[in-house]
Amino acid sequence: MRTLTDLEYLKLTRFQRLGYSVLRFFYSIPGRFVKLGKGIWNGIRKCGLGIAGECRDIVQTFVRGDWKTRVSYLVMGFGSIARGQILRGLLFLLFEGVFIFYMIASGAKWLSLFGTLGTVEQGRVYDEVKDVYVTVEGDNSFKILLYGILTIIFCIAFIYTWRLNVKQNKIGQELQEQGKRLKSAKDDLRSLVDEEFHKTLLALPLTGILIFTVLPILFMILVAFTSYDGVNNGYSKLFTWIGLDNFNALITLADSSGNSLSYTFGEVLTWTLIWAFFATFTNYFLGMLVALAINKKGIRFKKMWRGILVLTMAVPQFISLLYISHMFDKTGVVNNVLMNLGWITTRIDFWANGDTARLLVILINVWVGIPYLMLIITGVLMNIPQDLYESARIDGANAFQQYQKITLPYVLFVTGPYLLTSFTGNINNFNVIYLLTGSVKANPTLTVNGQFVKSTDLLITWLFNLTTGATANYKLACTIGIFIFIVIAIISLIVYNILPSNKNEEDFS
Amino acid sequence: MSIEEMKTNSRVRKLVKETERANRTKGRHMSLSKQRRLSNTVIYIILTILVIVWLIPFFFLLLDSLKCDVAADGVTRVTWQSDNIFPRKWGFDNYVDLFTRTSFFRWFTNTTIVGLATAVLQTGMVLLMSYTLSRLRFRGRKFLMNFMLILGMFPGFLSMILLYKLLSDWGMTQQNSIVGLILVYCASSGMGYYISKGFFDTIPRSLDEAARIDGATRAQVFGKIILPLSKPILIYTILTAFMAPWGDFMFASYIAHSTDIGKNVAVGLRDLISTSSGMADHYTWFCAGGVIVAIPITILFMLLQRYYVEGVTGGAVKG
Repeated sequence: MRTLTDLEYLKLTRFQRLGYSVLRFFYSIPGRFVKLGKGIWNGIRKCGLGIAGECRDIVQTFVRGDWKTRVSYLVMGFGSIARGQILRGLLFLLFEGVFIFYMIASGAKWLSLFGTLGTVEQGRVYDEVKDVYVTVEGDNSFKILLYGILTIIFCIAFIYTWRLNVKQNKIGQELQEQGKRLKSAKDDLRSLVDEEFHKTLLALPLTGILIFTVLPILFMILVAFTSYDGVNNGYSKLFTWIGLDNFNALITLADSSGNSLSYTFGEVLTWTLIWAFFATFTNYFLGMLVALAINKKGIRFKKMWRGILVLTMAVPQFISLLYISHMFDKTGVVNNVLMNLGWITTRIDFWANGDTARLLVILINVWVGIPYLMLIITGVLMNIPQDLYESARIDGANAFQQYQKITLPYVLFVTGPYLLTSFTGNINNFNVIYLLTGSVKANPTLTVNGQFVKSTDLLITWLFNLTTGATANYKLACTIGIFIFIVIAIISLIVYNILPSNKNEEDFS
Repeated sequence: MSIEEMKTNSRVRKLVKETERANRTKGRHMSLSKQRRLSNTVIYIILTILVIVWLIPFFFLLLDSLKCDVAADGVTRVTWQSDNIFPRKWGFDNYVDLFTRTSFFRWFTNTTIVGLATAVLQTGMVLLMSYTLSRLRFRGRKFLMNFMLILGMFPGFLSMILLYKLLSDWGMTQQNSIVGLILVYCASSGMGYYISKGFFDTIPRSLDEAARIDGATRAQVFGKIILPLSKPILIYTILTAFMAPWGDFMFASYIAHSTDIGKNVAVGLRDLISTSSGMADHYTWFCAGGVIVAIPITILFMLLQRYYVEGVTGGAVKG
């Protein structure tokens, strides 16, 4: 595809420009794959070279090193202590001690079981003395998986620290040979509030993220390759590695008559994307209209209109959503009012039909979303330079033209990134769907393995239902989780490449 | 051209422009103002309808919570959803029942404690993260940001499969769900640094540099210069952090699903009307609970609304 020059590009209308960038993106896909391949190859090469370099450095340090350095290869931190950096040395030594103790005490055992996730089933043995059957604990696949991951992480951390220790020795030795003073413990501590301040600040948040996000996500990814569910729960019945079976079950097409995992997955995924699209764009454009109406010149009580809409956001969602959901029940407020007005004679069950339920959910989501969007867009509108409108008015542009040529492009440009985050947020919009659709009946054609699925279920609510109850199916939930990740990553990548407002973070300072 | 000439020149140009504009508006003056008045009236009508639609659920919520109807047998209180719009008998019985016959008070205190703790801890985490990423430049910064972006694409709820096991091993679930919930909400909250980083990005870096030249350490710059300047974003972060636990259903229902005293308000009140818990017939109690929860939160929100609006608009624009 021909790349347009700047001048030609500027001649295009807005929609042509958008089409142009979309087309360019799709044309560039093969090139991107080549680039990706090259990038991966380069990465591997760099990695290999890096490791080789590190190894060479380690050997060289050993050959050139004095006896203090050489002893440090076995006893970490020895060199540092011998050179007077006692605090550093002690920390190294302590780390090594803990590591060795842990590996002997339990680490080695977890690592050896990691390949099979346990072999000894829980058994019942007849106790002759007491004359009863006693349960004998077997292996616990869950624990093996968890501690296996932890042990591997610990090993990597140990290798890294050991390398750090060697490096420290090299630096220390060189500095001493040049007759320079080594950093004292006091210097180290002071640098933690100055040059190395980021380490101090990030220590706590990153530890939290590591334990409460990274570790569980690693665990989740691995579970997707096992047979972990409510029955094979790891202690009364072991689970084990099953390769890609879970992924195959989700994507291989069985017959399209329904009640197969892949059929349900396809239906739910389609609805999730439809929902995310409509939920995002109905809110966005209606929210923009409301914002424009409130901010129109000559409209009075602006603060009051805005205030009332914003107040509805203050009420916790579970109250408003649960209540609205029940307003549409058969004995709910809506039916009551309609009956009293005499508009209907039989009560309508809004939630009975899957399609009306879907429509209703999107409509109610407008109620939820408009105040928020109204706020955001009001903020953007206030930032539009007023002289733009002034000159447009002098040139004789009417209100609609002003909207089309100034307001819309400006708002779209500035809120582009927000649209993306709100789209991905809607894919995972648990609260709205789960709280609203409590009265929706399960769709029988989507039921699979005895698990009920509603027409309105998103991937995230399906996943939630899969992790609760006696029929929990963790392996499936984790596989779906990985698919959600893939979907969001792809969408983000595409949108990020098309959006005009890929702004540099430094621009705002 | 002399300066004098230029001045008159520009004055003339201004005059011409003004007369032009006056001429143009004179012809359409009447119709324009009429048109505007008409369109404004339409907008007023639309806005009024909107406001009514947005307030209607709360109006009916209040009505339902005041229903003290008695069933046909003359004894049984109607606590289920009934088909009359207005209460047949008004009263506060539902509110009394809520406190005497359910563990509502306990749920309310649970949520308040969790909310307060989350407000403090989460604000601290977010502040540390966003400040560091915005003001300090260090090796691995870009990598860290991309890494967290990718982490955020995984559905966070799935971490509960592991976390639930861990937390229950440590005794932080069910009855003791408060500690568990606080940990779940706060531990990795550093990942939500975007909005407040956007704020810090707008504070000129020359301020930092000036202080650094004067001999302040980075820690002093943070404590004495940046922190006092960031009051709006601080309040925004505290407010959103405090309000989040009040609306959370997902994590709370997972951590405290089989106990009554460990629930938060969302789970507790939901179970009053969910069919699966066998308590489906306490609809009016749910409404009363909703009103009690909504009032303090709404008042708090109203007081701090200015900061909230600032945070939302600023955050979305800066991305």
